[in-house]
Amino acid sequence: MFSLEEESMRMKSLVAALLSAGAVTIAHADITVGVLVSATGPAASLGIPEKNTFALMPATIAGEKVKYIVLDDASDTTTAVKNTRKLLSEDKVDVIIGSTITPNSLAMVDVVAEAETPMISMAASARIVEPVDAKRRWVFKTPQNDVQMSTAITEHMGNNGVKTVAFIGFSDAYGEGWWQEFSKIAEIRKMKMVANERFNRADTSVTGQILKIMSTNPDAILIAGSGTPAALPQKTLKEKGYKGKIYQTHGVANNDFLRVCGKDCEGTFLPAGPVLVAAQLPDSNPVKKSALEYIGKYEKAHGPGSVSTFGAHAWDAGLLLANAVPAALKKGKPGSKEFRAGLRDALEATKNLYAAHGVFNMTPTDHLGLDQRARVMVKIVGGKWVVQK
Amino acid sequence: MDLQIALLLGQDGIVNGAIYALLALALVLVFAVTRVIFIPQGEFVAYGALTLAAFQAGKTPGTLWLLLGAGALVAVIDTVMAVRSGSLGRLKRIALWDLVLPALVAGLVLWLEPGNLPLVAQVALSLAIVVPLGPMVYRLAYQPLAEASVLVLLIVSVAVHLALVGLGLLFFGAEGSRTTPFSEAQFNLGTLTVNGQTLWVLGASAVLIVALYQFFGRTLYGKALRATAINRVGARLMGISTTMAGKLSFTLAAGIGALSGILIAPITTVYYDTGFLVGLKGFVAAIIAGLVSYPLAAAGAILVGLLESFSSFWASAFKEVIVFTLIIPVLVWRSFTSHHVEEEE
Repeated sequence: MFSLEEESMRMKSLVAALLSAGAVTIAHADITVGVLVSATGPAASLGIPEKNTFALMPATIAGEKVKYIVLDDASDTTTAVKNTRKLLSEDKVDVIIGSTITPNSLAMVDVVAEAETPMISMAASARIVEPVDAKRRWVFKTPQNDVQMSTAITEHMGNNGVKTVAFIGFSDAYGEGWWQEFSKIAEIRKMKMVANERFNRADTSVTGQILKIMSTNPDAILIAGSGTPAALPQKTLKEKGYKGKIYQTHGVANNDFLRVCGKDCEGTFLPAGPVLVAAQLPDSNPVKKSALEYIGKYEKAHGPGSVSTFGAHAWDAGLLLANAVPAALKKGKPGSKEFRAGLRDALEATKNLYAAHGVFNMTPTDHLGLDQRARVMVKIVGGKWVVQK
Repeated sequence: MDLQIALLLGQDGIVNGAIYALLALALVLVFAVTRVIFIPQGEFVAYGALTLAAFQAGKTPGTLWLLLGAGALVAVIDTVMAVRSGSLGRLKRIALWDLVLPALVAGLVLWLEPGNLPLVAQVALSLAIVVPLGPMVYRLAYQPLAEASVLVLLIVSVAVHLALVGLGLLFFGAEGSRTTPFSEAQFNLGTLTVNGQTLWVLGASAVLIVALYQFFGRTLYGKALRATAINRVGARLMGISTTMAGKLSFTLAAGIGALSGILIAPITTVYYDTGFLVGLKGFVAAIIAGLVSYPLAAAGAILVGLLESFSSFWASAFKEVIVFTLIIPVLVWRSFTSHHVEEEE
């Protein structure tokens, strides 16, 4: 009798041991991060540095292994949605980082909200996270809003006596978004918009638009394009002898732009994330240290001068995630619904996170969380970015 | 709009139109001889320009590896075919064109380090890399289907286009490039400033058009191409190889495309996918000519260039819409004036 009881005790402890062993395996389930970048197609110059950046991200966060599944959406909205569904249903990801561009990110909002999985977008438009409604509860983003950059430009224009402004932008959502935000703020600042022209990324000539703009004789011109295509209007302006101020957007902040535009870009102004000119920032700047850390890591892997501000948006998404994981782990195990909800809450509670592009302070109504420390005005001098006071 | 603006727009339109004219001629040529609507025509523009840009940046262009790879593939296929049909005499020619020649080009590029060479040598090397890709593309993608319907050939064209654009992204990256101009000279014509590169584009286009005219009118090969275009079966009965005609027309098309790319590369930024839109405008011009007439194609191209330039002044947001809408009245007019011929089986 006694020995039988002892036997059953031993069985019980064995079962308990087995169960706890099982529990340990569950506790060590990896955090799965689904990443969606536009590594091919029109936005490839943004997507490729982002993709490279994920290779530099930490393999463990708070003692948990992290698995990154990186998919390409070819800058195409349908593919983005398809791949998001795949990441959610087949790979059971805990969080989605992506996509690179605004149309894709907007289309993904519905999908992640349905699956109750947090998403951190690397695209610019404010509409991705504003207003924070039932669906956008799940969505966060890292790049500065166009409106933040627009205020930086209009402020600089106002301080430099600009009264009339002409606009030339991409004939797509990028150009249109900038036109809407920028013209609104420029009107408030009592500047007159005298021309609104469009060009295509693949255009071989913008002579017509530039002649039209020059016939209105503006004090300054804003070129709203991204990457090397934005060099063509600037080259044409110089060729036709335009003497006023030229502004570009932060979409051109990569070295390929300087390579193609060459001496025609001398004296151009643009707003940018501090990471572009991190080394020139005063040591007191809160962003300098974290920006230099990213630059160091990226250039170690891809060579000096290879870093771009777009990759830094991906890096910041990684920092937001790493910052949120410890709190989320208290709510549930990776792979569970509780963990995902905990992650969302922790992302929303992000406070004073020093990232490569600024300082993040999220609130339930602000899922971007960047302030004016996330932008600087830059001038192109001698083929280099030079920060303006 | 005053006279000066009109003149500047006209100048811009004619320069762009000259490039579209070259591409339209190549499209008409390829279609007439092989019945292929050659959508990848634009890719040769991008490859030509970007290969030259890679030389100037001191890099080895990826197109060189494509040339070696495609050459090897063609050599393998042709060797198998030759051995099967027992015509071993062809082997020497296969080895020469598909293996020795690309290897020679590769050797030259790797040995000479073209970054320091004069521009003429860089251009010659770029053409030596890109032009042989034309006949190789024909051999790999179109020759096995030479007798297929226009629709099948069109579908193959779309596939080849997508493959070449993808390879272009792999070779040259997503960002664009520019090359140094052939000449920095500037001339003043009244109130108009003309720069040297513009004259190069116009001059080269004119020379090429005259050369093509002479080629088709005076040379045996040109006449063979024309014969094939008029009647494939008849040409074959007269001892003209349609395969030879196909390869020759693709070589010409690749040459014209690559040269166009090299000509525009200093004026504008060229991307891995620039070729498609440029080629498409050449295609609109070729359609205006009904895919048969060379002079009409050239005139159509100038029209497209001017239309594009003036609409970019008046309504820049609708520029492409205006240019591509041009095709609708042209098609309507064509469908009323030409009698429809059933495609021969």
